[in-house]
Amino acid sequence: MNLKKITLLFCLLTSLSLSAQDDLMNMLDDGSQTTNYTYATFKTTRVVIGQSIENPASGNLNFVISHHFGHLNEGAYELFGLDKSTIRLGLEYGINDRFAIGLGRSTYQKTVDGSLKYKILRQSTGKRNMPISLSYYGSITINTLKWADPERKNYFSSRLSYIHQLLIARKINDRISVQLTPSIVHKNLVPKIQDPNTIYVMGAGGRVKLTNRMSLNVEYHHILSSQTSKDFDNSLSIGFDIETGGHVFQLFFTNSQPLFERGFLTETLGTWRKADIYFGFNIFRSFVIKKPKSFR
Amino acid sequence: MLMFTAFSFGQKYMTKNGKISFFSNAPMEKIEANNNQVNCALDIKTGDFVFKVLMKSFEFEKALMQEHFNENYAESDKFPNASFKGKIVNITAIDLTKPGKYQVTVEGDLTIHGVTKKVTEKGTFEVANGKIRGVSTFKVKLADYGIKIPKTVVNNIAEEVEIKVDVLMDPLKK
Repeated sequence: MNLKKITLLFCLLTSLSLSAQDDLMNMLDDGSQTTNYTYATFKTTRVVIGQSIENPASGNLNFVISHHFGHLNEGAYELFGLDKSTIRLGLEYGINDRFAIGLGRSTYQKTVDGSLKYKILRQSTGKRNMPISLSYYGSITINTLKWADPERKNYFSSRLSYIHQLLIARKINDRISVQLTPSIVHKNLVPKIQDPNTIYVMGAGGRVKLTNRMSLNVEYHHILSSQTSKDFDNSLSIGFDIETGGHVFQLFFTNSQPLFERGFLTETLGTWRKADIYFGFNIFRSFVIKKPKSFR
Repeated sequence: MLMFTAFSFGQKYMTKNGKISFFSNAPMEKIEANNNQVNCALDIKTGDFVFKVLMKSFEFEKALMQEHFNENYAESDKFPNASFKGKIVNITAIDLTKPGKYQVTVEGDLTIHGVTKKVTEKGTFEVANGKIRGVSTFKVKLADYGIKIPKTVVNNIAEEVEIKVDVLMDPLKK
């Protein structure tokens, strides 16, 4: 009887001293719930070749080198395409946590592109619960090739095309992220009368992290209804993101030769069936232009 | 129990914007990160002292580094918080209601990356203007907490990081 009482007392005492620390701990929790924004839905600003939900970090300038080789099915003579190349050099800058701008120049059709990207919604838990991230991406591309027919009256506006995209993404867990990318491509000038100026494309993509530093990414864009006169194919790209200290490498296979939106969304010529695809890579190097607050 | 709770009002101090910084000093690279949203609470009667640190709140100079920290090392999705639950060992020897500087020894459970270790560290408490400022510097071995450093970056990340704690706690009013 006595022993039981002592045991009980002892238990009470220990639980008391334990709960005192737990009480303090609980005190830290209540009231001040914070919003926990999801980070790193994708490793870079591209799923594979198209835009991902990620922006360059605020105050960071990314230098992006995108490089494609030639057709894989050209055989040993062209070293399976490695003898040829298409390049896009790009810069992208994060003005703040939500807003980014970009500039690029591609060898394909000597195209210059300028872009804006804005995070409208950010996936989060906690005080503010948001199941998805949503961004708008808009870009203007300027074809700077010499006029095909310099004799006729040519307008500068004929060189322009516009791209509007919504990026809808969700990081499902720490390994898997998915994204839907509806796009509208508007070309001021199209080759033939039966070509529509505005083309609607639905894209989907995602990534699976294989290790902490490597992921497998897939991206597909479907041209809704037959909207082009030429036999363009839908763009399908499969790649790996590989991260080393300061760089991220993306190695990929794709049937799209152009590396800017208008090109790969609506003017993809290669087909996977005939191995008429390209091997390519993106290299991202990040530079801190504006240091975060606590480092200024 | 009720009496105990009632009695302990006015004995508690806390802050939600304490500072913790850590420094990794490796041959190739120096890395520093700051967290200015550290939660901590102290009961000066019992000496109970607790911390809760949101890992994602650590700010690095390079955004890419911050992402790597969260994704590859701290694994902040899996282990969002680091915490400390412990006691001031020599609380009976000092009177934290009187202004002055006191040497304290803190003992308890430190949890980082989901791994809990018993630690004993020294620090100082400074009582001024009704507030208590706690300061301490100590070292943590990453391997002790299951944080692996890949061979390719052994020259960039130190095995042992220095941690600086600086918390200014206000008395809890009710």
